[in-house]
Amino acid sequence: MSLLRLRDVAVTYRVASGEVPAVRGVSLDLAAGQALGVAGESGSGKSTLAMALLRLLPRDARVTGEILLDGEDVLTMNWGRLRAVRWASASVVFQGAQHALNPVRRIEQQIAEPLLVHGMATPAEARRKVGELLEQVGLPAWRARSYPHELSGGQRQRVMIAMALACSPRLIIADEPTTALDVMIQAQVLALIRSLIAEHDISLIMISHDLSVLASMCDRLAVMYAGRVVESGPSGEVFRDARHPYSLALSAAFPTVGDPASRRAPKGLGGDPPDPMHLPTGCSFHPRCPVALPECAFQEVELWAAGESRTAACVHVRPESVQPAGPGEGLEKQSVPVARPAEESQ
Amino acid sequence: MTERRENAGERGSLLEARDLHVEFASRGRRARAVDGVNLAVGEGEIVALVGESGCGKTTLARTLLGLERPTSGSVLYGGAPLSYSSRALKAYRREVQLVLQDPTGSLNPRHTVYEAVAEGPRIHGMSDERDRVVSALARTGLRPPERFLHSYPHELSGGQRQRVVIAGALALDPRVLVADEPVASLDASVRGEILALLLRLRDELGLSALVVTHDLGLAWNIADRVAVMYLGRIVESGPVEQVLRSPTHPYTQALLSVLPESPSPVVLSGEPPDPTRIPGGCRFHPRCQVLAAGAAARAGVEGRCRSQPLAILPVSPFSADSHAACHYAGARLE
Ligand SMILES: Nc1ncnc2c1ncn2[C@@H]1O[C@H](COP(=O)(O)OP(=O)(O)OP(=O)(O)O)[C@@H](O)[C@H]1O
Ligand SMILES: Nc1ncnc2c1ncn2[C@@H]1O[C@H](COP(=O)(O)OP(=O)(O)OP(=O)(O)O)[C@@H](O)[C@H]1O
Ligand code: SF4
Ligand code: SF4
Ligand SMILES: [Mg+2]
Ligand SMILES: [Mg+2]
Repeated sequence: MSLLRLRDVAVTYRVASGEVPAVRGVSLDLAAGQALGVAGESGSGKSTLAMALLRLLPRDARVTGEILLDGEDVLTMNWGRLRAVRWASASVVFQGAQHALNPVRRIEQQIAEPLLVHGMATPAEARRKVGELLEQVGLPAWRARSYPHELSGGQRQRVMIAMALACSPRLIIADEPTTALDVMIQAQVLALIRSLIAEHDISLIMISHDLSVLASMCDRLAVMYAGRVVESGPSGEVFRDARHPYSLALSAAFPTVGDPASRRAPKGLGGDPPDPMHLPTGCSFHPRCPVALPECAFQEVELWAAGESRTAACVHVRPESVQPAGPGEGLEKQSVPVARPAEESQ
Repeated sequence: MTERRENAGERGSLLEARDLHVEFASRGRRARAVDGVNLAVGEGEIVALVGESGCGKTTLARTLLGLERPTSGSVLYGGAPLSYSSRALKAYRREVQLVLQDPTGSLNPRHTVYEAVAEGPRIHGMSDERDRVVSALARTGLRPPERFLHSYPHELSGGQRQRVVIAGALALDPRVLVADEPVASLDASVRGEILALLLRLRDELGLSALVVTHDLGLAWNIADRVAVMYLGRIVESGPVEQVLRSPTHPYTQALLSVLPESPSPVVLSGEPPDPTRIPGGCRFHPRCQVLAAGAAARAGVEGRCRSQPLAILPVSPFSADSHAACHYAGARLE
């Protein structure tokens, strides 16, 4: 059974000027012990989706669909149950969280807090546990007495990971855990996450705009554009042989050092990111798509099978059996079915 | 500064650091942030300066711009040593422009695009302000420029904001751009566009650039030469193809090995080292994987690694040779 199962999840923020559909019908599955990478450009809805998983969104956000964690719907749980799930089943390492540590409290107080609040440990046990956690993330136990400003960015990110591990979660959601770090520290933190999830059999959802990092960390990848998943599949295949033109642009943006094809040839994607309040009709990517067809401006796309356990939402992978839409058709909202590999379904 | 054209020979160096040292007082100790650097950027050349956080890249860049005074050594522009009088510096900054990492941080949210780009020409009392702004915007791909003149930063995407910052630098017709992490805060898809812009400016305007980054992919994408910095020194430099495809310094090798696609990463442990405590001998020796694995000992250089400092590397623009400050690499060449 899937550890986590999303069905048609949508998140809409209410703002003064109207509604922002930040996530628009995402279906995904994560098997126990698996690592799923979520990629996509700034504003595509990655963090919103991650926060929705544990109902951590602000009150002006409306979430619909189904989020099943171990078969239980997070969206309909009562508060007591939700709190228990947040501490015991899943935890989040937030984007930019290294700056979110409380500057005037020692590291040990901040790591121990959830353990104490939830009565999971006595103060003495908590202190011992903090020492263990710090060692697990490669920091000496005496660092427990430090304040955040006494740590480097990489060390603070390790503290955040230690906090996420405190209650032995089965799922860790890591939102851009290494984005602000330099290459060597990034390599250290990624190696740490990799070994922790392997040792403790933790499932991982990792969010990044860096496809190359995700490909090196995750079993599967989902690429988001304008609030939807536009491609999913085994990470290496999606990274090296993308089926959706947006994923292709994203992976081309990370050159392989030494590859003559990218030497003196930086590749980007023209055009502007879509405004979620004024999304283009048809395929939302069409204004920027280098291989768009005339029909893309009105054809609704959905995730079609695009090879062994792969899907892509592009007319270029649309099966023959599906009739192309004529002008004026296909404008109604559709749910996005997702083809899943056999081992992921129930 | 006016005689630079005469002084700089054909394909000579335009901007140069010679035996540059920059020190700061830090908690009662001396931080040798830049500790003996030779570096040169030639006419129309793009040089990448890479290295991990805290190795001194920004300090070196700021010193090249005259924003920081060297403790010793000198900065040369067009072959002449930089003069630090305020008039000379003002003239210098017309020609050598800084582009900072975070476009949001370097734009005033209450200034329109026009005001942001016009700031430089205004400071320098240029009469053709509007023309300069319009043409700078057009050159960065913000077209038609009129569409953007009255926009505010929050109305622009991240890539557009970084273009505005670059346009602000271009409005003065500089000859060199010093760009500190110009794409670090940008989206992957936008990154390529800005890098392509830097390449195009070099091709069309002959602009030189020093690009400071910890992203080796960026160096591969646009630079002609690369200089790898470790703890205040350049430890390896040369043409990009040579240095990034067959690195000889163990530190460069480690940096390349941790790229996500690389097969066998050498993850150096520990935090970036401390410029107030630069190790003796080779400054990289406490973290050096070649030394730790015994290869340096087998080559008979272990003693030197631990106790004999390395000479400052010579760096000349357009040089076809690469250099590495490493006893082991030196022994293997012999
Ligand atoms: N609290 C909020 N109120 C209104 N709109 C919001 C809110 N938070 C996010 N949004 C909007 O929702 C969309 C998705 O934002 P989100 O933060 O999920 O993107 P992201 O993919 O995580 O981007 P990044 O890579 O920059 O972190 C954006 O258009 C954003 O402006
Ligand atoms: N004004 C200052 N006073 C004291 N120390 C300083 C000062 N500026 C920089 N340093 C120190 O000098 C060293 C080099 O800093 P610098 O900012 O040049 O590094 P960097 O390579 O640009 O790093 P990053 O990649 O993180 O930007 C660091 O150890 C830093 O703490
Ligand atoms: S559906 Fe059309 S516009 Fe959309 S990604 Fe495919 S080709 Fe491009
Ligand atoms: S000189 Fe010795 S310690 Fe330094 S990088 Fe070379 S092998 Fe390593
Ligand atoms: Mg985010
Ligand atoms: Mg810097």
